[in-house]
This record gives sequence, structure tokens and C-alpha cells, in this order.
Amino acid sequence: MTMENNDIMIRVENASVRFNMASEKIDSLKEYAVKLVRRELMFKEFFALRNIDLTVRRGESWAFVGRNGAGKSTLLKLISRILMPYEGKVTVNGSIAPMIELGAGFDPNLTAEENIFINGCIMGHSKKFMQEHFDEIVEFAQLQDFLKMPIKNYSSGMRARLGFAVATMVKPDILIVDEVLAVGDAAFRKRCSERMKEMLSGGTTLLFVSHSHNDVRTLCKNAVWLDHGRIVQSGLTEDVLPAYEASMQ
Amino acid sequence: MGQKLKKRLQIFFRYKDLMMLLVERDIKLRYRRSVLGWVWSVLNPLLDMLVKVIVFSYFFSRNIPNYPVYLISGQLMYQFMRESSTQALRSIPDNAAMLKKIYVPKYIFTLSKINSAFVNLLYSLVALLLVMLFTHVKFTFWWFMIVIPIAELYVFCVGLGLLLAAGNVFFRDIGNIWGVVTLAWMYLTPIFYDVDILSPRVRLWMPRLNPLYMYIRQIRDFILLGSWERYMLTIRGGYVALLMLGLGLFVFAKTKDKFILYI
Repeated sequence: MTMENNDIMIRVENASVRFNMASEKIDSLKEYAVKLVRRELMFKEFFALRNIDLTVRRGESWAFVGRNGAGKSTLLKLISRILMPYEGKVTVNGSIAPMIELGAGFDPNLTAEENIFINGCIMGHSKKFMQEHFDEIVEFAQLQDFLKMPIKNYSSGMRARLGFAVATMVKPDILIVDEVLAVGDAAFRKRCSERMKEMLSGGTTLLFVSHSHNDVRTLCKNAVWLDHGRIVQSGLTEDVLPAYEASMQ
Repeated sequence: MGQKLKKRLQIFFRYKDLMMLLVERDIKLRYRRSVLGWVWSVLNPLLDMLVKVIVFSYFFSRNIPNYPVYLISGQLMYQFMRESSTQALRSIPDNAAMLKKIYVPKYIFTLSKINSAFVNLLYSLVALLLVMLFTHVKFTFWWFMIVIPIAELYVFCVGLGLLLAAGNVFFRDIGNIWGVVTLAWMYLTPIFYDVDILSPRVRLWMPRLNPLYMYIRQIRDFILLGSWERYMLTIRGGYVALLMLGLGLFVFAKTKDKFILYI
């Protein structure tokens, strides 16, 4: 690996993601046979992303803007390896903390304490590592009194707090945040954005999706404007965001 | 190839704690709010055997020495196969919410379900031991050899579980039909009846075609006869288990990247 490559955290090269339309979801053998005979399989394909090129360097902060269904979340999922590209290539150097939905891995029947461990391990940490950071997480989430309570009795704000605390416990190389700050009260949101800024100044690379243009402006230097799965414009936030806003008028 | 395997193993070790926690969770949730807790894992196979001994001994037990041990040894092997495969089958859709939001090696969920069932099997072995002591089976060192067929069955079930889990993502019919398949498999395996009551033709093919029989027969030979006369079954059983594991791994690996589009 050359020095230049070391600096590149994420490289997306000509990547496309293809879905079958929801109406075409075939999940029974009979349907499959019928469609096979009629040659209707894979008939209504739909590209959620098409020919995306993107290079993100260490310490950069990128916002993804665009209408609903433009492909913002799909692109984040592609980078976090949840989705595989249909064409093209995605290379990621370094650890990722994805916050596509806070507390996605929580089991409602288990207590907060048990969930912290499972959730941490889902992110690839060891049990020992979680034990060492347990107090820190609980303190950040401020849920000391509710540790023995099953998560199903938590409010969505409490759940989000816990999820955020677990996800940001370690300083990841890449932090992916998708509209997760909409929940939680004002005080917690403030602490979240403080923590994110702290991470950014510590060299973490941020990928951020939000419909709040204020947050985008304060957190991200770069922005990508997506529409119908294609990149319309990418560059500095101060250039991209006004262009996107103008198109909405 | 070697590099790839090394990376896969690294990933597995990274997530092994997760797998253990998931197994722990399954066991915890199974017995939460129950007074006897894990004792049920021993009690269940015992009670199950008791009912069947009462019902079936009238029909089948005449030619079978120590019918209770004969029955429970077959039953616990079958039970593990059924439980692990049925749970593995649903492991991917059941964790859809998580798989859509964070990267986790998908087989971890399937494997954790199989391992939960395996822990249950270990509890059942306590039940088996109790019945053996109660019926005065003579102790021999052959008893320890049962780890061989149990290990073979485990490998077989991992393969089967992966295969079913992958298949069920694309065709949910498999989930519906599997209950019937396992039921048929139970009747086709000499669990509560003696293989000798079958016609000679079936008797000839049973040890060749029914993997479950290969493993159950070995266990019974070890604990009841104290012999390893049918070592061919061990060889064939191992061969079949590895074949199933290979098939399961192959199908799962080939299709796993498409799961997300179907869950």
C-alpha cells in the first residue's frame, strides 16, 4: 500500500445497487416456477444507485442530501457492507461505527445490561472489551437506574440514548450517522453533536445523512447531492447545499 | 485461497463472543420466569421418554433389551436434529431488522441457533445418564466413545442448518414443509421401534441412506452393547456429515450477499 492510499478511507468506484421491485418479490416455489416459465424473472429491476464514484479521505466529513428515496441510505448501507454492489467496487479502510438506526440490535426481552453486551459484540467488540467500557456507556446514556429493566419497557428516546452510547464508545475510524438524532430530548441531542464534533477533531471520518440543513452546515465540510440514485453534484457543502436548496424551490 | 481462509477465521474469532452471548440469550429467555429453570432441559427428555415408554412398550419393546435407554438415546439425537434445523431455518428472517442496519456475518445467527440446540442436547445427555444408571447399564469405557457420533451429528446439523437457512430466505415454503419432513424422518428412523421389524430391503438401505440412523445406531452400540463392531457406520457417518457441511457452506456462501434483498 502506498502512502497516498493510506489516506483514503473510502473509495467507491462506479458502484451500482440493483433491487427487484417489491411487487416482484418472489418467495414461494410455485411463483418462482410460474415466473420462470413465463420468463418474467428479474423483469422489473430497479437501480437504487447507479455509477457512483466517491473518494473520502481521513478526517473528512461528508453529508448526503437529496429527496426521500434518492439513495442516501442505500449508499451508507453500501459503504457499511450491509449491501453488496451489483456492479463496481467499494473499498473501506478502517473500522466503521454505523448508526443507521440506533439500537437496531436490541432484543426487547433482554435487560439493558444484557443488550449493551450483545450490541457491542454485534459491532465486533469482544466481551472483555465491553466489560471495560460498561460504566462509561451507562454514564453517557444516563440510564443507571434502569439497567435491570427489559428494553421493551424503554421509551424510544431512552433506547436511542443507549444505542448512541454503545455505538460511539470507541473512536471508530469512520462514523456513519443516518437521521438518528431526530429522537431524544434537546439536552441529549446537544451532547450527541458535541461528541460527534469531538470525534471529528480527533480524526474520525464522518458520513452524515440529515434533512436538517443546519446540522449539515455545522458538521460537514463536504456534501454529495443525490437524486434518483445518481450523484448530481459533489464538493464543498457551501457549494452543494445552496444548489440543492435552489432545486427544491 | 489460504489468505481468504485466514481472513474468514479472523472474522469468526472476532464475532465468537457475539455467538456465545446469543446462545446465552436463547437459554436465558427459554427459562426466564420458570421456577425450575435449566432443570427443564433434563426433565423434558425424561418425561418425553416416560410417556413414550408407557405408550410404545406394549408394541415394540418385546425384542428390545433396555427399552428406556434405547428410546431416549434415539430420541435425544433426533430432537437435536429437529430443533437445530427448525431454529436455523428461521435465523435469517428473524434477524432481518438487524441485518438491514449493521454488518454482521450472517452465519453467526444461524450457528448460534444450532449451538443453542446443542447445549440442550448436552443437558439431555444428563437425562440419558440418569436413565442408564437407573436401569443398571454396565459401565464400560465405550461410553465415552459417544462423543464421536455426537460430533458427527453436530457437523451434519451445521451443514443442514446453513443449507436450510439460505434456502428459506428465497423460498419461505421450506419453513412450512420442514415440519412435515422432520415428522416423516422420525417415523423413518428406528427411534422407538426396532430396525428388525422392517422388511429386509429397508433394513439393508437404512444404514446407507438415513444419516440420523448412522449416528443413533453408533450411540446405542457404544452404550448398550459396548462394542464398535459397526465401525463402517462411523466412517460413513463422518463422510456424510462432511458432505452436508460442505454443501451447506457452499450454498450459504454463494447466496449470502443476496439475502438482504429478500428479507
